[in-house]
Amino acid sequence: MSDDVFRDGAFHAETWSFPKDDEKLPPSGPVAVGKARFLIEIQALRSRNGEIGVVLTPGESLDGIVDHLDRITLVALRFTRYSDGRPYSIARILRDRYDYKGELRATGDVLRDQVKFLLRAGFDTLDVAHAGTREALRSGAVVAMTHHYQPASAETSEGRTSTAPWRRVSS
Amino acid sequence: MYRYDEFDHAFVQERVAEFRDQVARRLSGELTEDQFKPLRLMNGVYLQLHAYMLRIAIPYGTLSSRQLRRLAHIGRVYDRDFGHFTTRQNLQFNWIRLEDVPKILEELAEVEMHAIQTSGNCIRNVTADHFAGAAADEVADPRPYAEILRQWSSLHPEFSFLPRKFKVAVTAAPHDRAAVQVHDIGLHLKMNEKGDRGFAVWVGGGQGRTPMVAKKVRDFLPEANLLAYCEAILRVYNLEGRRDNKYKARIKILVHEMGEAEITRAVEAEFATLQGKALTVSAPEVDRIARYFALPDLKALPAVSEAYEAAKRVDPALALFAKRNVHPHKVPGYGILTISLKPIGAPPGDATSDQMGAIADLAERYSADELRVSHEQNLVLPHVKLDDIPVVFAQLQKIGLGSANAGFVTDIIACPGLDFCSLANARSIPVAQRLSERFADIDRQVDIGDLKIKISGCINACGHHHVGHIGILGVDRKGEEFYQITLGGSGDETCSIGEIVGPGFSSDGIVDAVETVIETYLKLRASADEPFLATYRRLGQEPFKEALYVR
Repeated sequence: MSDDVFRDGAFHAETWSFPKDDEKLPPSGPVAVGKARFLIEIQALRSRNGEIGVVLTPGESLDGIVDHLDRITLVALRFTRYSDGRPYSIARILRDRYDYKGELRATGDVLRDQVKFLLRAGFDTLDVAHAGTREALRSGAVVAMTHHYQPASAETSEGRTSTAPWRRVSS
Repeated sequence: MYRYDEFDHAFVQERVAEFRDQVARRLSGELTEDQFKPLRLMNGVYLQLHAYMLRIAIPYGTLSSRQLRRLAHIGRVYDRDFGHFTTRQNLQFNWIRLEDVPKILEELAEVEMHAIQTSGNCIRNVTADHFAGAAADEVADPRPYAEILRQWSSLHPEFSFLPRKFKVAVTAAPHDRAAVQVHDIGLHLKMNEKGDRGFAVWVGGGQGRTPMVAKKVRDFLPEANLLAYCEAILRVYNLEGRRDNKYKARIKILVHEMGEAEITRAVEAEFATLQGKALTVSAPEVDRIARYFALPDLKALPAVSEAYEAAKRVDPALALFAKRNVHPHKVPGYGILTISLKPIGAPPGDATSDQMGAIADLAERYSADELRVSHEQNLVLPHVKLDDIPVVFAQLQKIGLGSANAGFVTDIIACPGLDFCSLANARSIPVAQRLSERFADIDRQVDIGDLKIKISGCINACGHHHVGHIGILGVDRKGEEFYQITLGGSGDETCSIGEIVGPGFSSDGIVDAVETVIETYLKLRASADEPFLATYRRLGQEPFKEALYVR
């Protein structure tokens, strides 16, 4: 994890802590844990003072998580390889089916060439380790599509066209 | 034909800019080949044995004269004066320089073409019946739906990193010329009793190393639900498809492992959450897209052309061409004319730039400016007046493309094979050429009748050997090329996967072996009217096996 995250066009300081599985939960402040720990320690997480987040790896489903979405303010989906596209579907299900409004973060193998796909799939923050991608995001050098042929999970931020109901325009 | 509006133009221009940036980063060394590979594949750029290959999308196989001329031009300027039409209705150039690709994409964009998603683990270019929009037997033109699917699937944010490639085919005729049952999703457009349009939906067909015929998961999916249902299928596949083994990653394996009932349940559950929302395909939008595909303004003509009939009577070559290469059109007085890209001894599917230019001229003058590419690697002039067929035939003969062999034994499908492809185990093109020469005698071809030979140079089956009446698969055995024969495959509405008949044959022996199979058929057929496939289905493998292996 980096010490900052990309959101709304700029890098912002990290506010979440991600204790390892064998580390104690910090007494306060936002904290995010893996799915297994989340399910075991949900009561402890709920009773402490601070926001709750969960980190899912590819292949981990939302089973057991969705019942607690009202208390979760961060879902971080890990890309182990950018070519493993499962987190995109999880993101869309969270946004569209469960109407999840909290932070949805892409972490792991997050690269400049996938930024638009990620944002359209409903991710709003990117945890970027790749140096070239960080530089490109910082300097605004990412070349990306603004015309899209399908509605996605970024519905509130995308424009429509007068014809063709599926078309969207992003900035 | 579909015409780009401002939005479509902007989309393709942005994609060119995006890819130009990616190529620049590769050429500067910022991207390694490994990092670049998935990016270039999503834009149809392969690294082959000798050079980069660029595969250009020809959505649902429809082309205008202007577009074909542009392809001819690209062949002249950036390649070696020819292009190769593929089994997925695309065109590929085999000798491309990476640094030229952005410029080529710009030239394509000018004529409303692109190379988006012609490879990679994404939804590939959508294919359709190559007679679509003209066929006498279609219930409606399937291409508006193929276009809607093309748009929806283009740079889809959720489905650009699937477990493996994903192919969709659409047909609208009872006789399936689009092989929908060997696609990841096969859509068969039909009309219910009330006259509403919908689709039979087939899922999980495919060829490759584990060939499977698709399962029908819906008999009638209303038109309005087309995209929501496809999105549901893709979502289940994206989440559940295997990613641990690329050879088990296609949706056919998921369908097989989950079982038909369970995958249907999963898709229907997903569909229930998507139905009736933003992806609903409204009738006005279908109508809007369909207007682009309106039948050209074809003058009413008598159903029988006296001039054509008279010309056929005096020219047996024309009569044969008419019989094999002309199919019934939905408008009286017109025919659908197949241009065979299988002259005797030539690599299947290749056309020189000059031939493409000449064909473009013919299409402009005689076929309402329209062309189709078939998955059988031929070109089609969809709207030719019967009156004009003799002159078109004469023009085709002049450019060496007058072969009256559509559907005959020499109308062979073959992948590029080891002559070009880095995946291949064996050469395909030389085998096709030698078979073509062996059966060159047109009277012999007429005697043999309908027979589809399909050749793949490796187990990926780009040459569709699994659905060849006679399929040939090239394998590598200790550094030597061997060829396995499968019999009884078919990609049409009676879809079946060919059965391996026995041990493979050497490169020297394969042509003789095919000839033995065909001679056996000629001896055993119930009558001259019983085609090879029917004889095989009636008698099974045994007599062919015996002829091949018991001496």
